[in-house]
Amino acid sequence: MMSRNPDDVPKMSETANYTLKIRRYDPEAGETAFWRDYDVDIAPERSVLDGILYAKDREDASIGIRCSCRAAICGSCGVRINGRSALACNTRISDAAARAGAGNPILVEPMGNMPVLKDLIVDMDAVHWKKIQRVVPWLLPDGEPPEREYIVPAESMIDVTQSMACIQCGACVSACLSLEVDPEFVGPAALAKAYRFVGDPRDGQTEERLRDLAEDPHGMYDCTHCFACIEVCPKDVAPMSQIMRLRRRATGDYEIKDKNNGYGHEKGFVDMIEKWGTLHEAQMLPRSFGDGSMIRGQTEPGAVKQLVEALPTAARGLKSGKVAPKKILFHPKLPDQDNVKKIYKQIESQDERLELNLYIVGDNSSDEEGASAEGSEEGLPR
Amino acid sequence: MPHHDVLVIGAGLAGQRAALAAAETGASVGVISKVHPVRSHSNAAAGGINAALDPDDSWESHAYDTVKGSDYLGDQDAIEIMCREAPDEVLHLEHLGVTFHRNDEGKLGTRAFGGASAARTYYVADITGQALLHVLYEQLMKRPEVTRYEEWFTTALVRDDSGRIAGAVTRNIRDGSIELFTAKAVILATGGNGQIFNPTTNALICTGDGIAMAYRAGAPLMDMEMVQYHPTTLAGIGLLITEGARGEGAHLYNAEGERFMEKYAPNKMELASRDVVSRAEQTEIDEGRGFPDGTVALDITVVPRHRILQSLREIVNVGRDFAGTDITTEPIHIKPGNHYVMGGIKTDIDGQTGVDGLYAAGECACVSVHGGNRLGANSLLDTLIFGRRSGAHAAQMARGMAMPTPAGSELARERDTIAGIISRDRSGRRISEIKAEMGKVMDADVSVFRDETRLRSALEVVKRLQEEAKTVAVDDKGSVFNQDVLGTLELQFMLDNAECIVMGAIERKESRGAQFRTDFPERNDDEWLKHINLSVNGDDVPEVSYSEVTMTQWEPEERKY
Repeated sequence: MMSRNPDDVPKMSETANYTLKIRRYDPEAGETAFWRDYDVDIAPERSVLDGILYAKDREDASIGIRCSCRAAICGSCGVRINGRSALACNTRISDAAARAGAGNPILVEPMGNMPVLKDLIVDMDAVHWKKIQRVVPWLLPDGEPPEREYIVPAESMIDVTQSMACIQCGACVSACLSLEVDPEFVGPAALAKAYRFVGDPRDGQTEERLRDLAEDPHGMYDCTHCFACIEVCPKDVAPMSQIMRLRRRATGDYEIKDKNNGYGHEKGFVDMIEKWGTLHEAQMLPRSFGDGSMIRGQTEPGAVKQLVEALPTAARGLKSGKVAPKKILFHPKLPDQDNVKKIYKQIESQDERLELNLYIVGDNSSDEEGASAEGSEEGLPR
Repeated sequence: MPHHDVLVIGAGLAGQRAALAAAETGASVGVISKVHPVRSHSNAAAGGINAALDPDDSWESHAYDTVKGSDYLGDQDAIEIMCREAPDEVLHLEHLGVTFHRNDEGKLGTRAFGGASAARTYYVADITGQALLHVLYEQLMKRPEVTRYEEWFTTALVRDDSGRIAGAVTRNIRDGSIELFTAKAVILATGGNGQIFNPTTNALICTGDGIAMAYRAGAPLMDMEMVQYHPTTLAGIGLLITEGARGEGAHLYNAEGERFMEKYAPNKMELASRDVVSRAEQTEIDEGRGFPDGTVALDITVVPRHRILQSLREIVNVGRDFAGTDITTEPIHIKPGNHYVMGGIKTDIDGQTGVDGLYAAGECACVSVHGGNRLGANSLLDTLIFGRRSGAHAAQMARGMAMPTPAGSELARERDTIAGIISRDRSGRRISEIKAEMGKVMDADVSVFRDETRLRSALEVVKRLQEEAKTVAVDDKGSVFNQDVLGTLELQFMLDNAECIVMGAIERKESRGAQFRTDFPERNDDEWLKHINLSVNGDDVPEVSYSEVTMTQWEPEERKY
């Protein structure tokens, strides 16, 4: 080990001045919400939560905020900082100030998509917890438990640990664009919670869970792939990735053909890329409605009805130039389409579907001994 | 006015486990928590849970380690129960869905932990407490028959005419309404009191509410002087770096680059018990071999990078976000910091306190399984084993018993108290000022090294602050989420806790476990192999009494690591 030169040790930083512009709301005052500025004097490496508590401790103790652990593990202090959903406790105040821009205050307001109860406190029961309850959030194993533990692959436990890492802070719910449009959407946190069971080999209801969430018009196919939840999640749960894995399991493992055309949409997508290398927009709708098949999409009565209903969308596409009339009939292949096909062949020759474990990330190049990670089990280190 | 057979106050691991155990017997159960249950501080128990589950391990070995770790102050009958029941409890949790780490064969895998003679700590990365807490909450969501009162703050316990505990007065934080809850049994599971100290690893909610309420209701407190300073906390803010890091092989160095644990615990090195490691670090720092910021260094870079990312992920984040340190490439500066109270409400092995109808479990209770010093990864175990036992016993006791009638006067009194707080003028000191002064004094004078002079002066400060706390300024005049009112009540709870800790520390004139008296530097089994009990005595300092330490099969020995 490197002994440190005492001069290298970072000194406790000097404090600096920051202005927090906090959105206040008192449900008993009979007034609408308003902004109030608070000047705080704390070290740059401290958090926005420290800033809020500075104001609460010294200036106005009536500022309402839930907070407890200060270490991003309890999930209490979800807010929006400069418009971005985050935990106040693991957002550095100097970073927030930099984002706000020189001379601007740091904006702190309650999370979105949930009703505000007071100041920075939102009603998580009315939205977040209701949706969590919706996904049947407990393990449903088949039969009686074994005498000892369930024997399951080590990787599967690490895999679901990514969704176990969720602290239910609601940042993803706050940031979700689909929820803004469809408040009934099951939402990123609850779907990530669902994957925690779908991905758990001990659970006996995998197909039922997937079918349920595929059939629900506000279920797994209601996500629009906008990445907002991944960006804001303070625990790298990557809810959208969990949603995509639910979809892959539903279509790949169980071929669940849902009423929402999620199966058809995915299959149509994959087939078209295999055929042409790029998306043939004009065929997307019929294929989606026909379980991925162009023929069924144009002949089945139910599909035809939906296609007719979708005509205004197609018309808008034509009008905006997104879909050219000529291309409806003829879609060109990519010049190196053969390479795309090769990728398909390679993937399809695998026995198991490749799932990237997104939780264990980082550069492994410096880790020669990574494989012997269980070393500590052989006894105490010394 | 809600009625329940069993009323659980606090919904961390102990409270949730108690509620589930009681509900399984068919009892009607209410769970009150001042925060949403998954916000509870059980989340922070990162490293794991101990159990002698491996066929080559034995509960006796686990129990011996625990007895030795406790510096022989732990009650051996309770320790035996905890260690015997540990394997089944871990398996039960696994069956409920906890995603415990597996080895290459797909079986439960372990990691090493401090003070243990075998690697018997079962874990989920370094989010074990969080994983357990969330899985238990899944079970509560599954059981609609358990009524949850989330974001309700309990202000006082209530007796009936016969003197037994018959319920509690509770304020609904969301709308400010106050209710009298009636119950045949009340289980306190309100956690620790680390917020008395500053810095601390404990969350802002850890204000010793249950300990203070039980004390005020006449239940004796035990071992309160035994306060654990964790060896690896961040300077300044006090956040925890899990013992799992040392379990995975991390080393401690002083500023001179010396692996100083060689001098203090040549066999166990960094994995000696926590009191030993914390004293070693503090000695290095006090004798000038620490870094200028009053710390020593924890070097985790010796652990393979992939292993760090896989199983110490949380402290990678803590290092990055709160210390600006990449623990995979550089050492992190740490120091001993307030972490856990071994003492608490004196209970028997079924959670029963000295007051009829009142139970306690988890950190707020003192069974005592931790004695003078708790081993890492025994706290989760304590919450679950004694949470379950309390819940089952309380439900059994409640069966066939008529619903008691709590004294209504208590409700009126609590209403008046709160109304008085809200209507008070702003002439007093601010809550934050008093809390800061308390935290500073406790950390300076009631921490790793103690002596009579400093303890006496700390007691004086605490007594003064208790007076000042009666008139603190209150800004919030509203009913909805009035956190100012809660802060006022919590401050008074904390000061009661602080007084008892200091009193216990003054009383124990020896050095044992976490209590090191520089004026009495030796362990003195002849006079002090006994528990110190503290009982409320009006407004005066608590009344002191003693109780025997229960010995079964392990005679006190010199403690070496």
